[in-house]
Amino acid sequence: MGLLSDPNRRRALTNLLTRLNAPICVVCYLAGVMWFMGLAFEPFTLRTYMSENAMGSTMVEEHFPAGERALATGREFAAHKKKVGGMPVNWLVKTMESRGLEVFTQSFTRKLPFPDENKERYLVRGTNVYGILRAPRASRTEALVLTAPCSQGNANNQAVGLLLGLAQYFRSQVYWAKDIIFLVNEHDLIGMQAWLEGYHHTNTTGGDWSPLHGRGGSIQASLSLELSSDVITSLDLVLEGLNGQLPNLDLANLFHAFCQKIGVLCTIQGKLQRNDWESTSGYSHSAQTMMLMVLKQASGRPWGDHGLFLRYHIEAATIRGINSFRQYKTDTTTIGRLLEGMYRKLNNLLERLHQSYFFYLMPSLTRFVSIGYYMPAFGLLAVILLLRALDLWVQLGASAPGTEDGLAEREQSPSSPGVLSILTPVVISHMTGVALYCLPVMSQEMAVQHFPVSETEAVVLTAIAIYTAGLALPHNTHRLLQGEGTEHGWRVLKLVALLYLAVLLGCTALINFSLGFILALSLVPIAAFITPHTHKPLSAAIMVLLSPGCTLLYCVLIFQELQETPVSLQDGWMLFLSVISQGILDHSLYGSLVYPLLALLIYPCWLLLWNILFWK
Amino acid sequence: MAKAGQFFSSGHTNNWAVLVCTSRFWFNYRHVANTLSVYRSVKRLGIPDSHIVLMLADDMACNHRNPKPATVFSHKNMELNVYGDDVEVDYRGYEVTVENFLRVLTGRLPPSTPRSKRLLSDDRSNILIYLTGHGGNGFLKFQDSEEISNVELADAFEQMWTKRRYNELLFIIDTCQGASMYERFYSPNIMALASSQVGEDSLSHQPDLAIGVHLMDRYTFYLLEFLEDIHPSSTTNMKDLFKVCPKSQCVSTPGHRTDLFLRDPGSVLITDFFGSVRKVEITTDTINLTAPMVHLEDTRPVRELRTEIQTYMDQLPVAEIIHQKPKQKDWHPPDGFILGLWTLILLVFFKTYGIKHLKHIF
Repeated sequence: MGLLSDPNRRRALTNLLTRLNAPICVVCYLAGVMWFMGLAFEPFTLRTYMSENAMGSTMVEEHFPAGERALATGREFAAHKKKVGGMPVNWLVKTMESRGLEVFTQSFTRKLPFPDENKERYLVRGTNVYGILRAPRASRTEALVLTAPCSQGNANNQAVGLLLGLAQYFRSQVYWAKDIIFLVNEHDLIGMQAWLEGYHHTNTTGGDWSPLHGRGGSIQASLSLELSSDVITSLDLVLEGLNGQLPNLDLANLFHAFCQKIGVLCTIQGKLQRNDWESTSGYSHSAQTMMLMVLKQASGRPWGDHGLFLRYHIEAATIRGINSFRQYKTDTTTIGRLLEGMYRKLNNLLERLHQSYFFYLMPSLTRFVSIGYYMPAFGLLAVILLLRALDLWVQLGASAPGTEDGLAEREQSPSSPGVLSILTPVVISHMTGVALYCLPVMSQEMAVQHFPVSETEAVVLTAIAIYTAGLALPHNTHRLLQGEGTEHGWRVLKLVALLYLAVLLGCTALINFSLGFILALSLVPIAAFITPHTHKPLSAAIMVLLSPGCTLLYCVLIFQELQETPVSLQDGWMLFLSVISQGILDHSLYGSLVYPLLALLIYPCWLLLWNILFWK
Repeated sequence: MAKAGQFFSSGHTNNWAVLVCTSRFWFNYRHVANTLSVYRSVKRLGIPDSHIVLMLADDMACNHRNPKPATVFSHKNMELNVYGDDVEVDYRGYEVTVENFLRVLTGRLPPSTPRSKRLLSDDRSNILIYLTGHGGNGFLKFQDSEEISNVELADAFEQMWTKRRYNELLFIIDTCQGASMYERFYSPNIMALASSQVGEDSLSHQPDLAIGVHLMDRYTFYLLEFLEDIHPSSTTNMKDLFKVCPKSQCVSTPGHRTDLFLRDPGSVLITDFFGSVRKVEITTDTINLTAPMVHLEDTRPVRELRTEIQTYMDQLPVAEIIHQKPKQKDWHPPDGFILGLWTLILLVFFKTYGIKHLKHIF
């Protein structure tokens, strides 16, 4: 007889499973964490290399001469910006036209669901200005984009100046096979979202913008430039985009190749590369860089203007110029040459970048870990959930009165009285989740009337209030429940919760590995070991400490620590509140999925487990 | 009169060239430049456009990415524009396919095909075939979507031989693992050269930073340099061609194959294939050609196969013309031995277990 259908053998297997379950779970958890930490260890990573044949090596000659003129243009731009008090649309249009581009503008309006305290805006009205450099001999089927944001104050003036300087230089070359679109967007991400939606004729986030009159074909790649000083010491590359999406690794390889050729220092996450991977400090440096990338990816927000392009399958990255206290300074002409070289190589592309990896983690700019190497870390954590689910299944099967015949009988008995009893907690948890998703934004007016808080604070505090109110649920729902507070009942509920969590985390990890892994790190232990019979106060405390909200708080604190700007608990708490409000805003403005995921799916899952803990 | 025999010592009366570049895309600029350099040399040495079938899979000169439009350079710093003013491309772009190439070679073209696209060779033609592109062990890639194998090519050449479409054939290939393409040839009168052996890659020569691509492959670069020294009346022979691009310059090891060729390579002039040379001697005397022509006797020992160069009449089967080494077969023990061995085993079995077990077997 077969392995699983022979009752003796099955009994032996299930005994083994039950006996060894807890140890295997612990081992898997530790193995998962160690695998993840080991990803930053240099011998386990691969060196980056150019995969796209068409881009080849850095085999171009860069001739861009006009760095100083670009800085002068930047200063003019700054003056006009101050005069107008916003985006100097007319001046930009005139300047771009004088450089021989086809210039168009787009105006947009956006009302945020509640005021954004970080950027101090509520009703946003702006204009994007873009000029298209038509390829001299090619048909208008493909395009490349170079963008610089129009920021308030003195930020990014040099970026716009360099953009205009490059536009003038590019216009005099004959070798462009794709149109190049030079875009200056106002109100950074909101303007960029409006432009992209207008370009692709979609309206996913409900903004109000005028249609675009000029188009350049399908966009193959895009670079966003942020430059706020006349000279820089290093260039930082930002890759993380909306919902943790990353551009093709070839774009990062291209950037690094050119930085090396021209001799500019390049960093990722603001950290330089180190050569001493054997030492502890070297390893911790790589681990810090990787953790920063993981945290940024998990937050699901675009970390540069490029982040919104990725959704349209356009490979994009942000290049940020940093001026720190180093001896060797790089001037604008060199940055211009670097961008010229990159654009010439992107010009040689025949198809979209697709040869290299789309899912990767980078412990440093020259080393990467691909999805095949980092997924097992998550897999080990997910296995714990499946093992516990199997264990519960076995327990449920053993406890039900069953005959010698197969599984059919056993399936019947647990499910029929069980379904209704577990349906109630599931429905109530999800309703709380829906409340957590909808109520904060909807009820801000009411909250502002009754309490002396601003709208943003109202939204955030309502969210936290609903979150904490969910903790009281088990005591209240038991009044509604008819009974069925049996051993059997909570086991079925836990089985459902474990499988639900496994599927949820699995799907999340596929799309955004960092988010899935961080949630798994905190939720898997509590999901695995929570039962009504554990020591209630201690388990309750651990559950609250490992709940999604507190995980978010820890992530904020760790992120600040890694950025080398550690905060006290007080400031950390304020930062935490602002992170919540930014998450809600990102969701409504750009379609970030982190907030709905946490509110509608992860939080109800956690509530189910909380219900199991207080099962009577 | 005796000198008239001298005119036909090589056996061919016209020259053809089939030059093929099989790769497209801007980063394969060098393959087009390779083909155009050979085209240029061949034209310079006298083969007219009507006798050249030039197949280029992509248009580099007018590619949008070319910073110097309407030019294809073979040397960096733009010393030599091989595109020129009078390039006549017969098969261009997507017309360069395996099917078209084989049809050109074998002559099986639809009646509507213009003359410029046909290889109208006869049994007195010397044909130069030059292929370049990306290749591997036993195949050559056409246009990034199909391949021609060395077996197909060998069969095509056999068809050409049977249809009497060539007198002698020189086959040059500049790709990675090029030697694998001529391994399977079995038709007579073929000489083959390749830029690299099986397992080796042919490397490109020089990048040009202004244009942004590699301009030529090494083997063809040195071949071009070699050919630039040839003029229509050179007496350089094939042995010098074999020496082009030694390993020190080419990094790969060029190879050649002459076992199918019936003349001694040292007596074959470069211009027999690369040029279209007529030996013309102007005389004001009348020559009486009533007596049959007497072939000039060479000082070299006459081999029995010598006469086959000039005539197709007594065409022996190919296998007899080419004496190949017998194929090594694996050694098997003789059949009788195996039979005896099994009989012995059966006898021992029945002896040990008794004859009554026989019924279990039969």
